[in-house]
Amino acid sequence: MLAKRVIPCMDVKDGRVVKGVNFVNLRDAGDPIELAQRYDEERADEVIFLDITATSDDRATTVDLASRASEQLHLPYCVGGGFRSVADIRTMIAAGADKVSVNSAAVANPDLITQAAAAFGTQAILVAVDAKQVAGNPNKWEVYTHGGRTATGIDAVAWAAEAARRGAGEILLTSMDRDGSRDGFDCALTRAVARTVNIPVIASGGVGKLEHFAQGVIEGEADAVLAASVFHFGELTVRQVKEHMRAQGIPVRL
Amino acid sequence: MIAVVDYHKGNLKSVERGLIAAGGDAFVTDDAAAIARADAVVLPGVGAFADASATMRDLGQMEAVRDRIAAGAPFLGICLGMHLLFEEGTEGAPDEDDETSTHNAPGLAVLPGVVAAMPRTDAEGRAYKVPHVGWNTLAPPAYPAEGSVSGALPASVGSGGAVDLHQASSARAGQPCGLSVRAGLPERLEVDGPPAVQVDFNCPLFAGIPAGEYFYFTHSYIAPSGPFVVAETAHSVTFPCAVQYRDTAFGVQFHPEKSSDAGAAVLRNFVSIVKGA
Repeated sequence: MLAKRVIPCMDVKDGRVVKGVNFVNLRDAGDPIELAQRYDEERADEVIFLDITATSDDRATTVDLASRASEQLHLPYCVGGGFRSVADIRTMIAAGADKVSVNSAAVANPDLITQAAAAFGTQAILVAVDAKQVAGNPNKWEVYTHGGRTATGIDAVAWAAEAARRGAGEILLTSMDRDGSRDGFDCALTRAVARTVNIPVIASGGVGKLEHFAQGVIEGEADAVLAASVFHFGELTVRQVKEHMRAQGIPVRL
Repeated sequence: MIAVVDYHKGNLKSVERGLIAAGGDAFVTDDAAAIARADAVVLPGVGAFADASATMRDLGQMEAVRDRIAAGAPFLGICLGMHLLFEEGTEGAPDEDDETSTHNAPGLAVLPGVVAAMPRTDAEGRAYKVPHVGWNTLAPPAYPAEGSVSGALPASVGSGGAVDLHQASSARAGQPCGLSVRAGLPERLEVDGPPAVQVDFNCPLFAGIPAGEYFYFTHSYIAPSGPFVVAETAHSVTFPCAVQYRDTAFGVQFHPEKSSDAGAAVLRNFVSIVKGA
């Protein structure tokens, strides 16, 4: 049976993990590769490197990171952030990334999903959807782009469905309302998307404690759950999270 | 030397590094002559069937790889590399969505049958999530499998008799196989004597690996079933996740190079087979 995945996500700038990492026993806590290897030992199912730099000079650093990761990691990894064209994606795939995630550029030009899926296969293309609940309507969410700064007026569930139709292999769904809140995933949002698309959905945004992961799968019907700071700060280990999920009857790889 | 075949569709460093970490003397090459001289061949899985098939034919890799397999050199096909062991693939072929199309891309034709998209619904008609992405377990094949994705093959394994792959192939495809003519490839490899097909988990590639171990999968296409299946995986439908031809050629649907410790163990087993060959 396919296991539900637990995915640590690292924000990377200039080839370094940012947003603070508080791991003991790492020679270099800011090195994304070393951190990913640590997560591999804890049985993380894959990792995501989210490139939060913007300039093209810095992109070269991220390509170099993807290249080193392909040599040194023995688990799948995704690189996200800043892809504007099929050529950008090709560079990252050629460097060894298993998957890339696209967000704002796909909203601006949905054909990017179609072209990228045709060129690299659907399994290589994640579409990241940042969604915020529409005020006064608990069952409606709007897509935001540019790191959550720009409202688009697009319905998040409809957009996820279009992305899937165009060849997205997975949806990486982040609740803007919950992100950083530590209140748990927006399970209503996650469930709405998971029931609409026939591709895997990764729930993201809001994890603060152990129970939240299982809720994302059971109530949100997510195929995978993503977190960042609770792992980076050493509050929870991936193994702890998976043991708790297993105790809730969720199939996990341990 | 283990040749990792580069058919120009992606990055092969993780496969090469995985084999080297497993103690293998691996190198990436697109040169048919280098493949022809290699002690063993690994065919990795990047890109789509039709693309890979076209490039391999253009570069002369198809014949080189077939010849090595026929000569008994250890072979490991990973994901699409496993798919390419079969006669034909629909992925990326012209008229892919036309089920009656005869324009499927040719594979190595070491094993019989057609690699096709995962069915859209399970046996009860329910939709499920494709691609099959993530970590899943292997199980010995329940053969002939009830409700498996392709149960049309004759079940002659276990009787100790030889399996006629030709006949099995035609039964699966429901049509004569004119593939080798179309592909411009030599006649398909003949099975001489009883094939070394094992219907339990007793495959050297999985030595020391318990049945409950997880491996990383990411694919939307699946191999046909048959007596060559060593292990199966279930994701709403059941499909082959490991196949074997004779004693030395293997294919796996999962990515051992991305499967952490369990994948490293599979690669070590393959390297052991190479060193023992």
